[in-house]
Amino acid sequence: MNDVTEPGRAWVFGDDIDTDQIIPSRFLVSSDPAELGEHAFQDLRPEFSETVAEGEFVVAGENFGSGSSREHAPLALVGAGVDAVVAESFARIFFRNCINLGLPVLICAGASQIDDGDDVSLHLDDGTVTNHERGETYDAEPLPQFLQDLVDQGGLKPYTEAKLASRRE
Amino acid sequence: MTGTTLAEKILSEKSGRDVRAGEYVEADVDVGFTHDVTGPLTFEVFAAVTGDDATLADPDNTIVTIDHHAPADGVEAANNHNLVREFAEEYGAVQYGVGDGICHQVIAESGFVEPGDLVIGADSHSTTFGGLGAFGTGVGSTDLGTALATGDLWFRVPETLRFEVDGDLPDGVYAKDLILKFIGDVGFDGATYMAVEYGGSAIQSLPVHQRLVLANMAIEMGGKAGIVAPDQQTVDYLEAQTGESVDLDPELAPDADADYHAVHHYEAADLSPQVSKPSNPENAVPVEAVEGTAIDQLFVGTCTNGRYEDVRVVADILEGEELAPNVRMVVVPASKSVYQRMLANGDIQTFVDAGAIVQSAGCGPCFGTHQGVLGDGDVCLASANRNFPGREGSMDSSVYLASPATVGASALYGEITDPRTVSTPRYDDVVLAEGSA
Repeated sequence: MNDVTEPGRAWVFGDDIDTDQIIPSRFLVSSDPAELGEHAFQDLRPEFSETVAEGEFVVAGENFGSGSSREHAPLALVGAGVDAVVAESFARIFFRNCINLGLPVLICAGASQIDDGDDVSLHLDDGTVTNHERGETYDAEPLPQFLQDLVDQGGLKPYTEAKLASRRE
Repeated sequence: MTGTTLAEKILSEKSGRDVRAGEYVEADVDVGFTHDVTGPLTFEVFAAVTGDDATLADPDNTIVTIDHHAPADGVEAANNHNLVREFAEEYGAVQYGVGDGICHQVIAESGFVEPGDLVIGADSHSTTFGGLGAFGTGVGSTDLGTALATGDLWFRVPETLRFEVDGDLPDGVYAKDLILKFIGDVGFDGATYMAVEYGGSAIQSLPVHQRLVLANMAIEMGGKAGIVAPDQQTVDYLEAQTGESVDLDPELAPDADADYHAVHHYEAADLSPQVSKPSNPENAVPVEAVEGTAIDQLFVGTCTNGRYEDVRVVADILEGEELAPNVRMVVVPASKSVYQRMLANGDIQTFVDAGAIVQSAGCGPCFGTHQGVLGDGDVCLASANRNFPGREGSMDSSVYLASPATVGASALYGEITDPRTVSTPRYDDVVLAEGSA
């Protein structure tokens, strides 16, 4: 993903959205991102998976991704074409899963200023979110260096492959 | 430098250096596990990172279970079960199958985890192992799949939120009531990114099966772990389970000058039975506030409150009684050994005579796909851990969370009932009644 994204639609959700809402339990028999993406937010907001397009964003309030550890939740967002998740705060396991998968996550207090349907773009290099509807730019919290390195390497899988390779030498 | 919390002590030991909250470490993992829902993705990650050289770092402490869709509730679930079995056979992992029970309970009662261990599970309730004095935490499938290959994983050393309860708990008040109260007080995200420590005389006097309840639901306030300092009770529990001796490191206790994010203190005498209203565990209220709420289904089970002592409390209340005519009750033991104790002690007879259904061990309707899902408008009172919208079925159903005693008392009247108004056994009575500890 480029450091600066094209503007894309923001799909705005509230506080405490748990992973059961992101991908309901009955769809967890699959591990395929595309198939999971077809059911993302299906019970909470059925129109999401029907109309979400590549290059769009999920924007949420506090404690996004709480509850179950299911990595199917961020995978469903990836499968649906979501480019990044911006929230006022994240639940821990979901946040970690996104970092591990290489899905950009931004902790941004300005998320509350974004309305559903606004066009936003992300500047991952300097950690800002631009709301084109309002002509405003919000700062996101910079990732700690350890996590930034993990993201820059493409997530935990490439990181681990390199670790295993160095142990074999 | 100030002293250290239990979380800091364990992560220091496992990363080989003295670390404090906020630092990032790579720490050695003692036990890793997954199940039939998060397993298939974990196996894909493991295969991808290991390539042609696929071996588990520690097969004897890699555990796979079949519990969420057990027995299989559809062809896709059955195929996932086969993936779990194939993985265990191919790489030599320890396997528990259909009917053996919920990962957390099976692992806790089988001696894999000792005080001071670092345990990761691809399931959010892996915090349960803090009831044994371990640092247990839930991770995703990528975390677990890579850690099973390398034997270690990255962690941010968490700050710690401490809850202390002193004194003697009143009758009718159990660990479940404490944890619902704690979650209600700090909120659903009150411990996000933090470890939770539970201490004080009331907590340290709780038997291990009750400590597991506190640890299990730390995730319901966002906690990364939930830990009770291990003591002689922990050792006795583990030795009774496995017949092997367990060493307790006297250093494995929080320092008096440890640095906490916050400490919440309670007097046990002030605490009362709690119920969490739909649709979030943080909606905890004293049982009196919801007394009389009509119930359609009662559910006894889960990794939170599906242990023998939990089902026994309910069986004692239902002994010789019948369910209220307007309700159904689903009982799902957390493990096969719980089921066997129920059989041996006549509890299944009690439940069936009262009109309840006893199912095979596993997650049951808490996973929302089988064994008693809720329809539109249904109201359930559950000894479970989550009551999110649609958690146990229809998005238009509602789930109230409570202790097994409150569930048992409510079954008699078909409405939420204060357990103190019926004869509620204490856990020590339960053990005495069984005739063996």
